[in-house]
Amino acid sequence: MVKNKPIPVKINLTPKEIRMVRKLLGREPTYVEWGMFDIMWSEHCSYKSSKPILKKLPTSSPKVLVGPGYDSGIVDVGDGMAVAFKVESHNHPSAIEPYNGAATGIGGIVRDILATGARPILLIDPLRFGRLETGRTKWLFRYVVKGIGDYGNCIGVPTVAGEVEFDESFETNCLVNVACYGLVRKDKIFLARFDKPGDILVLIGGATGRDGIHGVTFASKTISEESEEDRPAVQIGDPFTKKLLIEAVLEVLETGYVDGVKDLGGGGLTCATSEMAAKGGTGVEIILDNLHVREEGMNPYELMLSESQERMLLAVNPEGLSKVLGILEKYEIPYSIIGKVTDSGKLIVKFKDEIVASIPPKYLAEAPIIKRKAKKPLNLEKLWRIKKPKEPKNFSEILYKLVSTPNIACKEWVYQQYDHEVGVRTILKPGGSDAAVLRIIETGKAIAVKADCNSRHSYLDPFNGGAGALAEASRNVVCVGAEPLAYTDCCNFGNPEKPEVFWQFKRGVEGLAYMSRKLGIPCVGGNVSFYNEDSESKIAVKPSLVVVILGLIENLDWITTMDLKNSGDQIVIVGKTYPELGGSEYYHEIHGLTGGKPPKADGNREKATLQTVMEAIRKGLVTAAHDCSKGGLAIALALMAIKGKLGVKVDLSKIPTSKPIRMDELLFSESHSRIILTTSTKENAKQILKIANKKGAPANLVGKVTDDDNFTLTFDGRKIVECSVTQMERFWKETIPKALEVG
Amino acid sequence: MKVAVIQFPGSNCDLDVVHVLRNILNIPTDLVWHKFFQNKIYDAVILPGGFSYGDYLRSGAIASHSPAMEEVKKMAEDGKPVLGICNGFQILIEAGLLPGALLPNDCLKFVCKWVILKCETSRTAFTCLIPEGKILYMPVAHKEGRYFNLEEDLKSIWKEQQVVFRYVDENGNPTLEANPNGSIQNIASVCNKEGNVVGLMPHPERASEKILSPYKNSDGLLLFESMINYLKR
Repeated sequence: MVKNKPIPVKINLTPKEIRMVRKLLGREPTYVEWGMFDIMWSEHCSYKSSKPILKKLPTSSPKVLVGPGYDSGIVDVGDGMAVAFKVESHNHPSAIEPYNGAATGIGGIVRDILATGARPILLIDPLRFGRLETGRTKWLFRYVVKGIGDYGNCIGVPTVAGEVEFDESFETNCLVNVACYGLVRKDKIFLARFDKPGDILVLIGGATGRDGIHGVTFASKTISEESEEDRPAVQIGDPFTKKLLIEAVLEVLETGYVDGVKDLGGGGLTCATSEMAAKGGTGVEIILDNLHVREEGMNPYELMLSESQERMLLAVNPEGLSKVLGILEKYEIPYSIIGKVTDSGKLIVKFKDEIVASIPPKYLAEAPIIKRKAKKPLNLEKLWRIKKPKEPKNFSEILYKLVSTPNIACKEWVYQQYDHEVGVRTILKPGGSDAAVLRIIETGKAIAVKADCNSRHSYLDPFNGGAGALAEASRNVVCVGAEPLAYTDCCNFGNPEKPEVFWQFKRGVEGLAYMSRKLGIPCVGGNVSFYNEDSESKIAVKPSLVVVILGLIENLDWITTMDLKNSGDQIVIVGKTYPELGGSEYYHEIHGLTGGKPPKADGNREKATLQTVMEAIRKGLVTAAHDCSKGGLAIALALMAIKGKLGVKVDLSKIPTSKPIRMDELLFSESHSRIILTTSTKENAKQILKIANKKGAPANLVGKVTDDDNFTLTFDGRKIVECSVTQMERFWKETIPKALEVG
Repeated sequence: MKVAVIQFPGSNCDLDVVHVLRNILNIPTDLVWHKFFQNKIYDAVILPGGFSYGDYLRSGAIASHSPAMEEVKKMAEDGKPVLGICNGFQILIEAGLLPGALLPNDCLKFVCKWVILKCETSRTAFTCLIPEGKILYMPVAHKEGRYFNLEEDLKSIWKEQQVVFRYVDENGNPTLEANPNGSIQNIASVCNKEGNVVGLMPHPERASEKILSPYKNSDGLLLFESMINYLKR
């Protein structure tokens, strides 16, 4: 064993944790071992604060093949096929270096999916930035999108959906979440563990360099001035190597000689070896001198902690080693044989003939849980009680304003930079419907995917925000003809050491768990990103619990889009509108308010709406479907009209509401459980109402589609809104390009 | 009849082209790693889209020096059909098999969207079943697809009927709005003098099945069907 050096200066362990490490090992750890505990026990790797809370989420259903605890959740989609999917945050790196930060976020998530044996088939990118007007937001937005595009496009995985939210709280600390879905045959799924002693460990892909050292501990603290100096902690992506890696890994897994595969992401080699051995109940011995490196003179501490990109670790049956290496050579993938799986129950690391670390892997993998205090923020009750603003008179003008707010405006500028067609699976592309739909060529079915979160709702009421995110995501996939099967969540919060922030997190997850149980949709994985705040202003980001969902479409005839199809079609609304303007886009953009009680997400109501719409679509009654979310009913209808290039005539007095309700509440309230449908005849409309009645969802026939440019909303014959569809389209389309293309 | 789809390091539309040929058209098709490609076994070859060699240096520049390209040149000389799609088009241009150059898009960004094309000539191996003037819908997805050529050479490629497709509006007019990348004269596709080598920026393989098209057609398939027809003649 090497002689001890003092504890590394950069270490982030607490004094209590330092004492625990010494007690566990029964001796003074080596320099390298301190570094290994430091990253494995970081918030990012260990979930030490969040674990007790995340346990509240339901995680099983007959369709769930692999739930939380592994790299990705895996769900049965029928006919012997399964979908692996996962979401991750890359907030901190992207806030410092948007281009590489966002790009390497994709790199990491793609490797996670690949490690299950699945071919990555799609990406989703939920993004959150500050106000679109500021220079910093424009810089971050431009380069995050470019980073995602350049990386995703090059590796040939289509980016098919996402969301972009703008809010002042994300000004310094933008949120960049990335989700990847992969397709795998059920009998070819790999679980991330080493269970066969004697297997040879082969490290493949990018060479190990000094980049990204302490990336995870960097992600476990708040962004500050010094963070700019943390730039070396942001890794550099290489999508070309990644593309070769994807093909090579899929080909070596086909040989049957690979028993374990793991990506190297946060925590580098330390995390990969210790997690795999801990899960498999085995040991690992590695010789660091064997690593292929990018630079000379790296010490064992750096080699074990480096987060250099595009690397994966394989456990290979010795009998098949030459075959596996042959495939790597065909793709010109660099590799090194770094050690073997043992039955010693220890992770032993050697360098220059000395043992530099010797730790039972489970010590590293099982960080001590930290019980955090949760306290409801004092200002919340006050925010709920804000006085309602005076009701405006000219609603047409307001609608023109709302269609052009950055949050609602057309995101074509973003998704045109992403290749969303590669793979020949994308049936419903970005922008045209509530969720993206990709076919499973192998089975003749399709999946629907989407990510959702309303951070203003969550800020004002994390419980309903969390529940609402799953409600909205479910509505979105149901609107395109799918049945929601499972979801994964990406929790983006501030500093969990602050009880108010931890309360937001706890309530958010509780809300999500509630909706999850009510709708019978399990959680199969997730990611937690804390410390999303600006150290200068002490402002935490608005709590953003993003739900990334998977839905299955059994019959391709059920696929439905949101654009209005034919003049004369009848418009039906399912679900009740409540006076719930708290946290709405209307309050924020028209009245400059962030307050009020946000919409309640009610599981029973949501279920009734979802079931109504699913049945109506399956009976072939629906010509277009769209859910009501940001901007409320008026915006939902406007977008259907814009996309269909047709007019509407709607009688607002027919809309099911709670009473009393103001006109602005009726138009812009963001109540959940509402979906607008169109259907070709009055007879069909009646059938839909009958289904709704059976399922217990309030619903009514409210108007019809017209063959003109007029967007007309009346109340008992009184004109409330009269807008031109082409004019709305112009405003809706020009906001984002206008903000980014000039200056 | 046997068709090869060449896989360069970084190709990413290779499997999509193979899917269309094998599963939609039932043509015996091999996916061939670029180092192993031999011209003699095949009746036609397709260079798929993607980012060969990561588009380092210039799109298609490194792949054009792959030994596979010597083989492709022999096929071109033998009059066999050679198709380059997107990055494949860039490689054919870099290899000198097609006239002109492909520059970064005028918007300087990657552009993925559906465009409208007009067929300018039916004399090529990949358009022999497409009537001149026919409108086709297909997606583009590229960052360096702005076709460019000198005025003199433009005259010559028009004269020799080497312009195969142009970006047009719904009425068939080559307008500014219809042009996704700033290509000169809205040119989306050119061929060699003989008409057996064709390159295009749009992706016919992504428009070969109705279910994938927002316009509910399968216009891209016409190119591959033309190839079969050409080979049968």
